[in-house]
Amino acid sequence: MTITLIVLALMMAVFVGWLFSQSINVRPWIAETSRARPLPRIIPPSVTAPRVGLVVFLAVVTSVFALSISAYIMRMEMGTDWRSVPEPGLLWLNTGVLVLASVALQTAWHAAKHGKRPLLRRTLVAGGILTVAFVIGQLVVWRQLSAAGYYMTANPANAFFYLLTALHALHLLGGLVAWGRALNKLYGGAELARVRAGVELCAVYWHFLLLVWAVLFGLVLTT
Amino acid sequence: MAMAIALIVLALGSVVFFFLSPWYLTPLASNWGAIDHTITISFWVTGVVYLAITFFLAVALIRYRYKRHRRSLYEPENKKLEVWLTVLTSLGIAALLAPGLFVWGSFVTVPDDAHEVEVVGQQWHWSFRFPGEDGELGPVRASLISDDNPYGIDPDDPRGQDDILVRSPRLMLPIDRPVKMTLRSKDVIHNFKVPPFRAKMDAIPGQTSYFWLTPTKTGEFEAVCAELCGIGHFAMRGRVEVVDQQTFDEWLAGKPTFGELAAREPGDPEAGAEHFARCVACHGPQGGGKQETNAPRLAGLDAEYLKRQLRNFRIGARGTNEADRFGQQMRPFATSLQDEDVIADLIAYLETLPVESTRPTIAGDVERGKRLYRTCASCHGPEGQGMPAFNAPRLAGMNDWYLVRQLQHFREGVRGRHPEDWYGNQMVDMTQILVDEAALRDVVAYIGSLSEAPAVADAGRQSAEE
Amino acid sequence: MGEREYDASSYVPPAEVGEMELVHPKTFIGKYIWSQDAKVIAIQYVITATSIGLVALVLSLLMRLQLGFPNSLTLIDPSSYLQYVTMHGMIMVIYLLTALFLGGFGNYLIPLMCGARDMAFPYLNMLSYWVYLVSVLLLVVGFFLPGGSTGAGWTLYPPQAINPGTPGVDGGIILMLVSLAAFIIGFTMGGLNYVVTVLQARTRGMTLMRLPLTVWGIFMATVMALLAFPALLVAALMMLLDRLLGTSFFMPGMLSMGELSSHEGGSPLLFQHLFWFFGHPEVYIVALPAFGIVSDLIATHARKNIFGYRMMVWAIIIIGALSFVVWAHHMYVSGMNPYFGFLFATTTLVIAVPTAIKVYNWVLTLWRGNIHFTVPMLFAIGFLFTFVNGGLSGLFLGNVTVDVPLSDTYFVVGHFHMVMAVAPILVIFGAIYHWYPKVTGRMLNDTLGKIHFWVTFLGTYAIYYPMHFIGLEGVPRRYYAYGETTFISDSVQALNAGITIAAFIVAIAQVLFLFNLVWSYFRGRESGPNPWQANTLEWQTPHTPPRHGNFGEELPAVYRWPYDYSVPGAKHDFIPQNVPPEEVEYEESSKSGGRA
Repeated sequence: MTITLIVLALMMAVFVGWLFSQSINVRPWIAETSRARPLPRIIPPSVTAPRVGLVVFLAVVTSVFALSISAYIMRMEMGTDWRSVPEPGLLWLNTGVLVLASVALQTAWHAAKHGKRPLLRRTLVAGGILTVAFVIGQLVVWRQLSAAGYYMTANPANAFFYLLTALHALHLLGGLVAWGRALNKLYGGAELARVRAGVELCAVYWHFLLLVWAVLFGLVLTT
Repeated sequence: MAMAIALIVLALGSVVFFFLSPWYLTPLASNWGAIDHTITISFWVTGVVYLAITFFLAVALIRYRYKRHRRSLYEPENKKLEVWLTVLTSLGIAALLAPGLFVWGSFVTVPDDAHEVEVVGQQWHWSFRFPGEDGELGPVRASLISDDNPYGIDPDDPRGQDDILVRSPRLMLPIDRPVKMTLRSKDVIHNFKVPPFRAKMDAIPGQTSYFWLTPTKTGEFEAVCAELCGIGHFAMRGRVEVVDQQTFDEWLAGKPTFGELAAREPGDPEAGAEHFARCVACHGPQGGGKQETNAPRLAGLDAEYLKRQLRNFRIGARGTNEADRFGQQMRPFATSLQDEDVIADLIAYLETLPVESTRPTIAGDVERGKRLYRTCASCHGPEGQGMPAFNAPRLAGMNDWYLVRQLQHFREGVRGRHPEDWYGNQMVDMTQILVDEAALRDVVAYIGSLSEAPAVADAGRQSAEE
Repeated sequence: MGEREYDASSYVPPAEVGEMELVHPKTFIGKYIWSQDAKVIAIQYVITATSIGLVALVLSLLMRLQLGFPNSLTLIDPSSYLQYVTMHGMIMVIYLLTALFLGGFGNYLIPLMCGARDMAFPYLNMLSYWVYLVSVLLLVVGFFLPGGSTGAGWTLYPPQAINPGTPGVDGGIILMLVSLAAFIIGFTMGGLNYVVTVLQARTRGMTLMRLPLTVWGIFMATVMALLAFPALLVAALMMLLDRLLGTSFFMPGMLSMGELSSHEGGSPLLFQHLFWFFGHPEVYIVALPAFGIVSDLIATHARKNIFGYRMMVWAIIIIGALSFVVWAHHMYVSGMNPYFGFLFATTTLVIAVPTAIKVYNWVLTLWRGNIHFTVPMLFAIGFLFTFVNGGLSGLFLGNVTVDVPLSDTYFVVGHFHMVMAVAPILVIFGAIYHWYPKVTGRMLNDTLGKIHFWVTFLGTYAIYYPMHFIGLEGVPRRYYAYGETTFISDSVQALNAGITIAAFIVAIAQVLFLFNLVWSYFRGRESGPNPWQANTLEWQTPHTPPRHGNFGEELPAVYRWPYDYSVPGAKHDFIPQNVPPEEVEYEESSKSGGRA
């Protein structure tokens, strides 16, 4: 549980620190003295609901993966039957594909910011296709592993490998729903500004899942 | 006003209840007086806080109850007061925590001179293992567990050979000697709890856990399971008897080691057939049971059960109650069977006998019986085939009139109440769910319906051949 | 130190909080079934949670019947008893309390109290309720499966939970795990809304430190739930795999019905760590909203500002953060490394300090107040007393040494029912009496309310206080029957019978309460917009009940904290948050004075 604790402690520290910074020198019982005086600034315009929502959601997803990884390590240490999974070369290829997907979405975000509609269209579609390719690639890895006798029930290392990759892929597929909405808006001819918000969220979410994948892959490689 | 009075009455009532209630810690029987002290300290500290807060609250409610012209005080905070309260609370907490941690330090440190007992939990009974002469418990593996090796001890490891096995849920401990209880489970999580000892711990499958204590009082104490372990959880009992060293040594010497158990010769069915001659008159030529003589079927029962019942009759754990007329008839026969080898032969012979279907004599509501049987199924098996691992004998194919009588006996405590009848007392608890005579007949009628296609005694015969 | 200076550079024009686009459906179904209005969703949550909660109440009565009057009903056998224990616990903790506080009160109060039109993501919010409903239905289906629902205890410890020998191992446990996963997904959708709304959609002037404590409590509880529920989700998924596919995450090599199981090497303790990593924060997920709500009830009905508001906020934050590092105090006798006991006993007792501070501040809020003994106030005081009692018995169990003889006895049952069942439920009742006028426009009947309070308060105390003592004697929990034991005195049976009778009386009082809810909806006295003369924004809405969009043309602006009760010099003993300083009326005598 150490990992979870550290991750959560960091998240909590940031959050609690922010809350304290908002409250430490405030004397809440003091009211505004005049209607004419401007009311305190509380929410900067750049802090939109979807952005806050994404940050909170990423915190939740972090918790899910931190706990899974903690469970992985604890199970590895507690049991005596751990036999590592081989890492098919395809995993490296998949990683590359996911990196490209992330890059594509980053470019799409950039294109949306600068009003380059054709580039946005191309990169957004590319991001989605690459993601689907990644998920299919992961499925192929599963098939390769089970063909080689690494069933889920054969060893906890296998079970965890399937579980973690499945969780990760499910999060990507969930992201594709948001991606689909953005694409739909774009092809529906919506203003670029409205599409941009969605593309931005997708890009951040993809980067985050790439990071998660890097951690998971690193974990599988080193254990 | 009513509220304030209610609070004061409740607070005082709670304190009075604390002093007058007949329920408190059971008399201590181990070295863990320190645990009792920490409880006492906790009661004092929390009691004072409880009364202080409640009375302050009550006074506030009385003094500051609504009055038309009263104005509340406007006081957003009072730093000094808050700091004081925080400091005082922290001190109180420290006063609770410090002794607790101190005692915990000794709780986790087993003294060097402690001897070791392994407690093995299993649905739903306890068994024990002593390390034997080498002072070391042999390694165990779940995959090695079988009827012949109930503890799953590694037969190739010399450390396991001299381990002394206590398969009954009855443990003896010498007084005034620290003992380390190593806990292990064969299936789900259990918890070995003897209330007067205070200490307890979960027994977990796949790993061991421990606690230690020094028994300080002789006598017999009840052990219960304190971690939900399935349907029979409430009936998972054992006994710990604290005795002087000599009695303990004698008792332990009478228990078999793993090596001895493994070397024991299997019974000879042919010799058993001769011994069986004296049983035929009542139990029938094929051990099929005879209602005229009130003797039940023996064929189809597992070896452990037969052995255990013969022992129960012999030592008077069964068949001594006035109300058990037919049980009393069995006693002299059982007492004449003293020789372990004779019993082994006899049982080996019984296992070769075929199980024929019995004629139903009891009518009942089979559907209702089926519902009631759900509980029984968890030990006796969904088909009533009996499960030796749960110490549960076969029911399907047994004479229904016999089952009815035994269920009645269990329910009324005629059978199973004797402390030496290890699993009988589980049945006393279990039969309480058969609230009336009809329920009892219904469940037996259902058991009768299970035996219609008896593919019986195969398991028994196989183990006899091995 | 000192007041925050607001200079011109920090000036934000009033239109800062953008108006939301709200869905305005025309049909009945759109308005009340597939509604995206947080208030309607709140009512949906309350109705669903209360309905399933009533099922759990009936289950508890059946258990009590068996304990008080053994074998009086043939339908209760050891299997069904364990199923009642499990489902009662699971429903009450998760499907009732969590859903009611966060889904019910959170949905209704957060937008209103923050001065928002609705939740940040109304569609997601609606989805959250429907997923919750699906999880409840899955749970209910479990009762009707062959073999029934699971009987593994609400803690669902493996190997027991998925091993034959425990009721409901065929289908019940699978449905239970799927239902939990659904609940967590649904909750995450709702939870995102609650957090984002508090963080992002507050109205002008509503700084964090001007939020009512109710919002603080619900907000912090939601943050904790969002981070803690994943532990249960991961554990549930892994257990599902163990059960369905035969993996060995939690399942060691062991016997199953006397046969060797196919599992090997799994760790039952791993599950316990995951479970309690969720399970302990869960206690505070239920407690923190109750803390928040009760603060507002006490302040409003004692006409006094909450004492030490900042301390109260910080206590909520600290309790929330600390509650993630105390989980293993549920595992002192679990066979984990016993040296953990030192660490977790310390963190556990440390958490008692902020909790105690909250109690002091509630009591000090009453001190020198002007206490109206309204029904919500009675419930608030009932909460205080019950919570103090339950909290103090928690000091026994948190202290590792003391816990050893007491764990898994009725002491534990008494403790957690006091602290996280009765205490929060009393707050829920108080809150319903308090906010019912806002929701319906009518007051609940006062006499029925007082009867309801007294029976519930005294009855529950009579049920749970004595349980501690039979726990001291060592009576284990989750026992279908006690049979003959050497250490349980005969009088325990008499006590159990008494407790059962008390339980039935308390249950009857709840029927009275339900009747009151329905009767007052049609016949209750009209309440007007602000019957309690409260300061928070929900009482200042132009319509009662508030319409879709909550506030009229313009969102209210907030000029003060919510606890301006009995401000010296002011004419009335309350100044709502949205009253500009110029509009505060002062008494004739002190017109020039104002306040310092």
